[in-house]
Amino acid sequence: MKLSGKVAIVTGAASGIGAAIAARFRQEGAVVVGADIACAPSAEFRRIDVSVEEDWVSLIEDVLGAHGRIDVLVNAAGVSLAGDTLEACSPETLRRTISVNLDGTFLGCRHVIAPMRRQGSGSIVNIGSILGRVADGAAVAYVASKGGVGMLTKSAALHLARTARGVRCNQISPGYVATPMVENWLADLPDGQARGRELVAAHPLGRLGRPDEIAAAALFLASDESRAVTGADFLIDGGYTAH
Amino acid sequence: MSFAGSVALVTGGGSGIGLACCRRFAAQGATVIAADLKKPPPELEASAWVELDVTDPGRWRDVIDGIRAEHGRLDALVNSAGLLAEGTVEDTSLDLWRRIMAVNLEGTFFGCQAVLPLMRESGSGSIVNLSSVSGIKADAELAAYDASKGAVRMLTKEVALFCARRGDRIRCNSVHPGVVDTPMVRNIFKDAALASERQWDESQPIGRRIEAEEAASLIVWLCSPEASFATGAEFVIDGGATA
Repeated sequence: MKLSGKVAIVTGAASGIGAAIAARFRQEGAVVVGADIACAPSAEFRRIDVSVEEDWVSLIEDVLGAHGRIDVLVNAAGVSLAGDTLEACSPETLRRTISVNLDGTFLGCRHVIAPMRRQGSGSIVNIGSILGRVADGAAVAYVASKGGVGMLTKSAALHLARTARGVRCNQISPGYVATPMVENWLADLPDGQARGRELVAAHPLGRLGRPDEIAAAALFLASDESRAVTGADFLIDGGYTAH
Repeated sequence: MSFAGSVALVTGGGSGIGLACCRRFAAQGATVIAADLKKPPPELEASAWVELDVTDPGRWRDVIDGIRAEHGRLDALVNSAGLLAEGTVEDTSLDLWRRIMAVNLEGTFFGCQAVLPLMRESGSGSIVNLSSVSGIKADAELAAYDASKGAVRMLTKEVALFCARRGDRIRCNSVHPGVVDTPMVRNIFKDAALASERQWDESQPIGRRIEAEEAASLIVWLCSPEASFATGAEFVIDGGATA
């Protein structure tokens, strides 16, 4: 088991990629606290809005109180809202997308650093997107938010390398993955079915990714196996950005 | 993660990152064939060793025919054989340029070409090509090396797309290590004063050189089914040097 004795926080853990990561980490021996805006609170789940700083402060206090340490933070909470083309995108759509995808990731990084620095170890994994690397023309706020996550990750990695040796920050950029987020987004489009076929064709491997394939990469980056990797962006995209 | 029943071929398997990959594959149950110009350390004798000059396409065919005859399959190829020598664009002789291109680029190209039929017969396969941070970010002192590693970066994507479009279940990714503690790197520092070597290490964001075993953990992970949605992608392991 690659995460024995480690304590992990996974945001967006109620569905999709976050749920797969939380499940895989538990299989590998970690204590996982899932955090999501849409979940019933339980021993394994906390309800937080990642864009609200107070929610982060109390989450981290509680996890430290219950488990004494935080070894891994995965920022997987994300939204892709309807009406996200440049001309349709309202200021509210832009702000909500940025606040969850980018502010939420920023706040998570910001607040988990202090306990990780005290421990002298820790791994932050941010879920970016291929759309942080190549644009799409139909998701302006989402693309901007994920572009921001890409450079936030690198900036955090350099800051940590200089000021908190042993604490790392990396990113995974998935291709389109078969999750409720992608399925709902397609369902909202007038030409959703055709778009879905185009998406599959845009991945040279000829299919969308599976949440467990992103979870496998998150496991590698969370574990000590990757201790020399920081500031990196692992593309798990079926070849989407290779051409 | 087990490679029981799998066969892996590692060029440059006698030293450095290649040797570390051989050890890791073997520890995870793979049958490993270390290919190199010279015999690897005795500890590897449990696994097979073949003499291979990667610049010789005829020799590649013999090696693959031998693996087909003896093992009947090939699941992973790591193109780790490489040559590093200093030289600016102005003082690099054509002879040195060609030697570096022959090993780093042609050797990788011949390897990819040679293994495809046997990997297809095996049902699937994974190729990892060793590029470098030098394939992403240039250094005025390493003109030929940088150019060769940049070429390997794009060659990798070409192989990945070719295989994906044919429907071959063969993935191909590049790994980009920073300064790894290997004989190849120690050699380049040989003439430098110890102080400058230490300064170099300290200038790395994580403040140290990367261990060959750390690079091997990423490479072997990419060869495993855990990385099933990764193809045509670049995997950086550089302690933040290119962040």
